[in-house]
Amino acid sequence: MTAMSTVPWLTILGLIPLVGALVVAFVPGSAENAKRMAIGFSVVTLVVGIIAATQFDRASGKQFQLGEQHSWIPQFGVSYSLGVDGIALVLILMALVLTPICLLAAWHDVPEEAGPRGGQRVKTYFALILVLETFMVGVFAATDVFLFYVFFEAMLIPVYFLIGRFGGPRRQYAAMKFLLFSLAGGLIMLVAVIALYLQGPGGTDGFLIERLTGLSLDPTTERLLFVGFFFAFAVKAPMVPFHTWLPDAATESSPATATLLVGVLDKVGTFGMIRFCLQLFPEASTWATPVVVALAVLSVIYGALLAIGQTDMMRLVSYTSVSHFGFIVLGIFAFTTVGQGGSTLYMVNHGFSTAALFLFAAMLVRRRGSKRIPDFGGWQRITPALAGIFLVAGLSGLALPGLSSFVSEFLVLVGSFSTQPVATVIATSGIILAALYILLMYKKVMTGPKPEGLVGEREHDRLDERGRRGLTAVRDLTTREKLVAAPLIAAFVVLGFLPNLALNVINPAVDKTLSHVQQAVPNLNPAGTVAEGSSK
Amino acid sequence: MGTLVQTLASSSSTLSTYAAGLATHEGEAHAATGVTAYAWLLVALPLLGAAVLLLGGRRTDRFGPVLATALSWGAFVVGALVFLAMLGRGAEDRAVGINLFDWIAAGSFKVSAGLLVDQLSMVFVLLITFVGSLIHVYSIGYMEHDADKRRFFAYLNLFVAAMLLLVLANSYLLLYVGWEGVGLASYLLIGFWNYNPAYATAANKAFVANRVGDFGLSIAIIVMFFHFGAVDFATVLGAAGSNANQGFMTAIGLMLLLGACGKSAQFPLQSWLGDAMAGPTPVSALIHAATMVTAGVYLVVRSAPIFEAAPTAQLVVVIVGAITLLFGAIVGCAKDDIKKALAASTMSQIGYMMLAAGLGPVGYAFAIFHLLMHGFFKAGMFLGAGSVMHGMNDQVDMRRFGGLSGAMKITWATFAVGWLAILGVPPFSGFWSKDKIIEAAFIGEGWRPWVFGLAALLGAGITAFYMSRLFFMTFHGKKRWTDDVHPHESGKLMTVPMIVLAVGSAFLGLILGPTGLFTSWLEPVTGAEPEGAHPVIPVPVLMALTLVLVAAGGALAWLRYWRDEVPVTAPAGSLITQAARKDLYQDQVNEALLMRPGIHLTRSLVFADSKGVDGAAGGLAALVGGTSSRLRKLQNGFARSYALTMLAGVVAILGALWVMS
Repeated sequence: MTAMSTVPWLTILGLIPLVGALVVAFVPGSAENAKRMAIGFSVVTLVVGIIAATQFDRASGKQFQLGEQHSWIPQFGVSYSLGVDGIALVLILMALVLTPICLLAAWHDVPEEAGPRGGQRVKTYFALILVLETFMVGVFAATDVFLFYVFFEAMLIPVYFLIGRFGGPRRQYAAMKFLLFSLAGGLIMLVAVIALYLQGPGGTDGFLIERLTGLSLDPTTERLLFVGFFFAFAVKAPMVPFHTWLPDAATESSPATATLLVGVLDKVGTFGMIRFCLQLFPEASTWATPVVVALAVLSVIYGALLAIGQTDMMRLVSYTSVSHFGFIVLGIFAFTTVGQGGSTLYMVNHGFSTAALFLFAAMLVRRRGSKRIPDFGGWQRITPALAGIFLVAGLSGLALPGLSSFVSEFLVLVGSFSTQPVATVIATSGIILAALYILLMYKKVMTGPKPEGLVGEREHDRLDERGRRGLTAVRDLTTREKLVAAPLIAAFVVLGFLPNLALNVINPAVDKTLSHVQQAVPNLNPAGTVAEGSSK
Repeated sequence: MGTLVQTLASSSSTLSTYAAGLATHEGEAHAATGVTAYAWLLVALPLLGAAVLLLGGRRTDRFGPVLATALSWGAFVVGALVFLAMLGRGAEDRAVGINLFDWIAAGSFKVSAGLLVDQLSMVFVLLITFVGSLIHVYSIGYMEHDADKRRFFAYLNLFVAAMLLLVLANSYLLLYVGWEGVGLASYLLIGFWNYNPAYATAANKAFVANRVGDFGLSIAIIVMFFHFGAVDFATVLGAAGSNANQGFMTAIGLMLLLGACGKSAQFPLQSWLGDAMAGPTPVSALIHAATMVTAGVYLVVRSAPIFEAAPTAQLVVVIVGAITLLFGAIVGCAKDDIKKALAASTMSQIGYMMLAAGLGPVGYAFAIFHLLMHGFFKAGMFLGAGSVMHGMNDQVDMRRFGGLSGAMKITWATFAVGWLAILGVPPFSGFWSKDKIIEAAFIGEGWRPWVFGLAALLGAGITAFYMSRLFFMTFHGKKRWTDDVHPHESGKLMTVPMIVLAVGSAFLGLILGPTGLFTSWLEPVTGAEPEGAHPVIPVPVLMALTLVLVAAGGALAWLRYWRDEVPVTAPAGSLITQAARKDLYQDQVNEALLMRPGIHLTRSLVFADSKGVDGAAGGLAALVGGTSSRLRKLQNGFARSYALTMLAGVVAILGALWVMS
């Protein structure tokens, strides 16, 4: 049973942003005020989230904590059941940290229109992000398969509107593509969800994960169910060849939406692989491993090569994510504690890392009015501080040792080698490609002679009236932008040197997931235990 | 969060238990006491400087360079104190392990961050902090008029911190942090003037070539963990000596070597070093001559037990060293750019060190000894080159120099000492280190001593030629100056570091070499020189041969570049000269084999992804949505009802199920 908590922490965490969304959207007042309230609600959520995290007991024998369970649709065995293990907890915390940062970064995303209700569009935008936060908490916290499915699909709604109404010129196309890909995955999963229930013990709480864990399924059925779930997760993650919706969605949506989409929502795919594919269908997971690992390695290399070839900054960043998700999936399907722990940490670090890349790139795009990389060049000369944080984000993207992304990438590789040596070596070559896509972008955007017609604000101040003629001053980082950058960069450094802050929470959960697999497939890794390679 | 407190608490408790753990591993490292316990300041002080200067922004413009220099000297003082404390202990008690904190723990992968302060790392600490601090001082003069000098000093401090971490780390993983840290500093400093696109390209080239090497280092560490279940030096090196599987050791050794080749610009990853001269000259002196590029040699010597368990890998190390020492020497003969000629020379000299490191116990100590000597004389000569450039409007073409000995007396004199040292003229420092490597290369059985020995010997002759060429073209012969230059001696901030380095180049070898001080100092780490190992040619004959070749090389250079007039535009030259000018076509080979195919691959993939993969997926989407016209309709707003439709669908299915059951 899910451990009942005296305080329904997770429900509270989900409710605060939802209430916030209603307040932001419907309470009259200026748009400016609504923005502040939105940030306020997301910060309160984060604070409550941190308090909840302190109540989490790492040593507990229970799989899920901080949760609650109520019957919802007993006729169909559906419960409103929430709870988190270490994996879900760190992902929720990551989402809670990213939301206020994104809201702050989104400050000027939507221009206020003229007229008495001109601020409504702004309010809707901020409210939708808060709604999304609610669903993000829900999807990671659901311990009922059906409830998970509901959140999984419900997330699409705010995202669809965020992309379709607040995006770039091809937003309608991108939003529809996103929706159709997700729908395709989701509907197949729905069939699998229902079929799984029918295979399970049934009853009024028959959709609970713990009741569906350890079923002795007929191998063919199990494999079909696995494929149903995996397909949805592979689209979401996204893995090659189901990735093509991502670059469009990321480049057409606002930077804040892109960040939450790639940084948090896509993690539901890889999170789902651990929670559902591995835990519910262990035998089928090992059966599918060769194909999944091949796709993962393909994603690593293919995503990186595609990133190198991009001329649109946002598309480039989204292809780097395709590559990074390849690493995450590789670590999960390595079936080692090191690999899976690394993958989970990777999900957290990638959230911060990709947020930095999207949001910092957006600061450039805002100033230049273009996402095209060839439209830049020499910007280090006019915006040195922005160039500095952009480089740091890039270095995090290429997993520079000392930054957090290195720890997780290395754990994935070192953890995968014992079971997937060839795939690991190929994936490791991704670090060379990562250097290329980041540094080539940095070179094209930041280095070279000063851009024509533009001048840094400081130099602008020094010039006289005649000197300024024909020159546009470009501001370096504003205070608001510094506030966006600081927590992200702090996360790179802190989790780079103290990754155990997260790993200590993650490790017990990883052990539990893999012990489920171990029980079903005892001779999973003949070379040693599930946990590690041969050690002498 | 509570976990933070727990993590910190557990780190402090392991601090005390760690020393005991290390001692049982190897009997090597002891608990840190007294000043040694503060060895982490070596990394922390320059790191603090970098952080203050980078985060402090323009507020630190005024005092930044001085602060950075002071912190670098501070690190030297800490290093010197730790060194003195080490001297006070017996040879077997000198190595000390310092645990800092639990770094990574996931499943069976547990790594704690800690330092290993032993005789080998101490040599590097003193070299890095002393030469590094001198170069900080020099840079105050050299970069005086650069608007961005604060950023420059921040990067220099960052480099010193990362380099110290590299040599002090007690595990391969922490070494890796320093390893890429110096790579980052190198990238930032090569591209310091990256408003010049060529310089920005040079910076990228250096980082990417290093990443190819880091691929090797990553694989090495991964295989290490797979085989030994650990990545710290004590466990890995302890086990490598006893019960190692040779196949694994060969794999690890070769992958470590790949890493070393990237960092140390060894064949086949050498191509970045020449272009790295785009960085300000003090950077070339510190990073691309004295310290960072020698990190590969450190890695090989540190990993000695692995290489000794893998003779094949060891042989490849020697081959790489021999190829690179000749490669660099040949290229050095043809370069007219003073910095690029020095860079080729650096590559060649590191080839000597690598060769020695691959020879095993007969070579380790001399590899490091030559590294130390080279750190002094090459840094000195680079600073000299910077001083020349300062006096010559930043020109680097030696065909436009000549006769500078009169205009820049101190630069000339200090450069002369460096020149004699690299030639190996007794009693200057290079004589004591390089001749020993040549001797060691001639030790062994079968074809090896002849091939490697002769390569080393030949290299000495070529070195004498190209370094004399460089020296004569710059300081002697006729003045071939352009009209706009008025050469003058540099200020004290620049000349004093040059003088100090020259003094070291002149006497350090004499003090440490023939007295046996250096080899006996390193012996507990590198092992004793085996008894009864003699070169296949008697030592006095070898020494005479070397000196004759050096004299011949110098004389040839004298004839052509001092006595004869040097044309201001380079003559066409022989085929070999043309090839050497183009670095033996290294870039052309890389372009043909890697870059162009790579560009084609990415372009066609970008095309295929938008047409093929996306097209197929789009087709699928159209199928899901029914027809494409329906798709368009959905786009027109019908999709807003999506949620309702979906919910209705779910309810319908659930209803059906309910009816069925």
